[in-house]
Amino acid sequence: MKELLQRLTQAYGPSGSEDKVREIIKAELPGYETKTDALGNLIVEKKGSKNKIMFSAHMDEIGIIVTHIDKEGFLRFDFVGGVNPFHLPGERVEFKNGTLGVIGLEKLDKISDLTKANLYIDIGAENKEEAMKLVRVGDFASFTSPFIDLGNKVVSKAMDNRSACAVLIKLMQELPETQNHIVAVFTVQEEVGLRGARTAAFGVDPDYGIALDVTATGDTPKAMTMEVGLGKGAAIKVKDNSLLTHPYVKDKLIELAEQNNIPYQMEVLEFGGTDAGVIHLSRSGVPSGVISIPCRYLHGRSEMLDTRDLEAALALAKAFAKADLK
Amino acid sequence: MFLKELSEARGVSSREQEVRDLIREYIKPHVDEVFTDSLGNLYGVKGKEKKGPKVMLAAHMEEVGLMITSIEKNGLLRFLPVGGIDPRVLVSKPVFIGKEKVAGVIGAKAIHLQKPEERTQVLGFDDLYIDIGASDEDEAKKLVKIGDVATFTTVFGKLGDLCVGKAFDDRAGCTALVELTKLEFNCPVYFVFTVQEEVGLRGAGPAAYRVNPDFCLVLEGTTASDVAGTDEEGYSTTLGEGPAVSVMDRSVIAHPKVVGRLFRLAEENGIPLQNKRTITGGTDAGVIALSREGVPTATVAVPCRYIHSPVTVMNQSDLEHMIKLTELFVHDIAEKGVEN
Amino acid sequence: MDLAELLNSLSETSGVSGYETMAADLIAERWLPMADEIRRDALGNVIALKKGKGHGKLLLAAHIDEIGLMVKKIDENGFIRFATVGGFDFRTLVAQEVTIHGKEDLRGVIGAKPPHLQSPNDQKKAYPKDEFYIDVGLKREKVDELVRIGDIITINRQVQKLAGQRYAGKSFDDRACVVMLTACFERLTQINHNLDVYLVATVQEEVGTRGALVSSYGINPDLAVAVDVCHGEFPGVRSDKGFILGKGPVISMGPDTHPRILDKLKEVADEGKIPYQLDASTSARGTDAWAIQIARSGVACSLLSLPLRYMHTSVETLDLGDIKEGGRLLAEFALKADRQFVEGLPCF
Repeated sequence: MKELLQRLTQAYGPSGSEDKVREIIKAELPGYETKTDALGNLIVEKKGSKNKIMFSAHMDEIGIIVTHIDKEGFLRFDFVGGVNPFHLPGERVEFKNGTLGVIGLEKLDKISDLTKANLYIDIGAENKEEAMKLVRVGDFASFTSPFIDLGNKVVSKAMDNRSACAVLIKLMQELPETQNHIVAVFTVQEEVGLRGARTAAFGVDPDYGIALDVTATGDTPKAMTMEVGLGKGAAIKVKDNSLLTHPYVKDKLIELAEQNNIPYQMEVLEFGGTDAGVIHLSRSGVPSGVISIPCRYLHGRSEMLDTRDLEAALALAKAFAKADLK
Repeated sequence: MFLKELSEARGVSSREQEVRDLIREYIKPHVDEVFTDSLGNLYGVKGKEKKGPKVMLAAHMEEVGLMITSIEKNGLLRFLPVGGIDPRVLVSKPVFIGKEKVAGVIGAKAIHLQKPEERTQVLGFDDLYIDIGASDEDEAKKLVKIGDVATFTTVFGKLGDLCVGKAFDDRAGCTALVELTKLEFNCPVYFVFTVQEEVGLRGAGPAAYRVNPDFCLVLEGTTASDVAGTDEEGYSTTLGEGPAVSVMDRSVIAHPKVVGRLFRLAEENGIPLQNKRTITGGTDAGVIALSREGVPTATVAVPCRYIHSPVTVMNQSDLEHMIKLTELFVHDIAEKGVEN
Repeated sequence: MDLAELLNSLSETSGVSGYETMAADLIAERWLPMADEIRRDALGNVIALKKGKGHGKLLLAAHIDEIGLMVKKIDENGFIRFATVGGFDFRTLVAQEVTIHGKEDLRGVIGAKPPHLQSPNDQKKAYPKDEFYIDVGLKREKVDELVRIGDIITINRQVQKLAGQRYAGKSFDDRACVVMLTACFERLTQINHNLDVYLVATVQEEVGTRGALVSSYGINPDLAVAVDVCHGEFPGVRSDKGFILGKGPVISMGPDTHPRILDKLKEVADEGKIPYQLDASTSARGTDAWAIQIARSGVACSLLSLPLRYMHTSVETLDLGDIKEGGRLLAEFALKADRQFVEGLPCF
């Protein structure tokens, strides 16, 4: 799992530019016929005669888009997805073509004045012409940060949501015997508004939806009031801003976790959303839920999670995939 | 081109009749079929039976405006915006209200009567009234009803090398679409004039669901701030440098292949084309792209200064280039398909 | 039907967004004898069909869910921290009695530090949101046995009968409008109406008109009227934003309403001598109309509102007369709107 996680998290894939992640995933699932839809969602299917369950994990990560290149070759940019500007000074970015850059900060009187307008990217170019050989206005970039192994805990950029991609890959690789019709969708553009899952769900037209995604925790010093913590198991979401988990799905997940001795915890998230937010509203409605992976320092460059929680999430996903549903 | 006529026509969200009637008249001779739907979207269809990808071209008909929400005892009218209007552009402007074009002016307390600290405050919707000259509520009610909408009165005209008018967002796109109906394409083309873009991209989603296109291009008027007091990195778009394509905005990330293809075609044919260099705002593309199983969609727009105000300024050559580029693009899609 | 009794029963039944089953069961039971068909969809919307002469499919929607609270953490002393489901003014929560719907229903109170123990400065401020908690009078171990993260919490409130036809209670937003649909339903059973009417008690409106979105997709109506509450007049409220209790339902006339449905509603109201008020609302965002209008290829839609004071509190106040008149208006509309009218809706 760790090796797969490392490859996935290190891949380049801001929203709308998920190609490299998609290729890695495809290569991991050689036994399946895969389909890529109009927006770029990767759809992997195992047919069955009973309920059609759509599992989704988004491939994209937050990033930046270049909006201007000045005479000296410095780049101005805007955010792709929920980026915190206070995380950025001194960070590094990578473009699709491999060009690297560092984020600089204009001189400010007070650090609290910082906004994205005060930040720029330096790719080491001497001037505009040289910069434009490497980067164009409208190009996307992702942040970079190495994968580090702290034992049970691992750290990298883009744990949100490549960790869930890893779980979904493993689910399909180790899919238990079931008559359910399983559709794994590796979605695009989640970070900019749950876009890929929406069109994918319309196409898949499932009976049930399960999103796999990371969630915040309340287990760090002076954290927000939240019960979820690292190492305490897969989190079963009850609510976030996009979804009230269908009570039947929630109760089923609890029941399956208890029957199979899978460590789990209940999650009430007071912000944010996942693919399940749009899956459950597809067509005439789809009972949906989320298996969450607790993750610290979300949307930063050092997202931390516990691999035991990943294993628990995988076990719970497997149990749901073969569950006898109404 | 019908830019002047379309700019001066009045059509606030859900009261698009005047604009719709005008466009219907313009396109009727050039398309096979014209119809409307329950929201008021207007469709012109051409070459329905042709092979090749089904292309949808969309522009929204309506403009931002004001709705009369109450009539005061003294005959003044209270109002609220329909669509995003910065109240700072409103004070001391004439308006026309309702079908009968009742004339009014937007007034506020005279500066002499304001305390010094009031003078730097924004005059908001609670401070502004429309005065139609009625001496009391009863007289006002004979002229205006609650729910009537008001529009700016700007007359289209030249402004040096540029032109000025109201509602170029998105009558520029409508003008382009009307011109494009005159051309022949080797694929089915749906020209959709949408409603209610300004109040939350409302009309385009149902239209896309109905048309179910293989590909869509949205033609728009967009923000330009290539003016005094703005640093170059804040221009967003520049007048006279061709239409602008948005790689990304708040509503959509344009299909990457579409953007690349637009730039290639522009380059091959000597048409100027620029990137929109900010990602604020959204267009109908946002909901069209997410219709059903997803539609490859992009937005091309004419740069407009002072958007959503009574005096929008644009360069007509940008509009002409947008029409040409769209023509080439649809031909290219008809010939080579969506995926190439 | 005794509408006051139904209003009481619905109001006092729990049904927070996503957990509407009890309230939905209640209304399904009342609607069953009047309906030609009745069903629940995947998200729990209650959908009843009252067939007419088949001149078109009219959807009438009012939401059955209410705002509520949810357990988010149990602290070491057994105090319960909560999240909100839907929008609350926290200032109205101070010193309220609540029920936690855990393994069993558990009584709780929302505590408030007395002013005696606060600094004079703090006394002037509203209690900060992160200081709210529920006291159930039990130790942590016992709370853990009975309560789980994610359990639903509702405010305890019995309906108060005020002067005349006025009532106060919780969740009148929007159960009062479900009562209005019921009044309409009852009338439909007595008349030979043109339109086939789908009455829908929608779920999850308070968290983003979610039930209306999927139910309108499923029903695929020709036209729709969403019914929801609007603000009652009150000192300090702009005259164009507050409507008078007892002067009839409010017909909305913003960009989200189809002009001919608006005209027809006014016409049948005038003919039936039904009082009504008009709202020049520039947006129906936040009501089921917002979702229904753009379902599939678009639905000719309208919004009818019920004046209500103190919205999103446990003492929402209304006039039963407005509910009755609204029910009558909707039934008259279903009676008089005909095939020609429906077929004309897409023609602009």
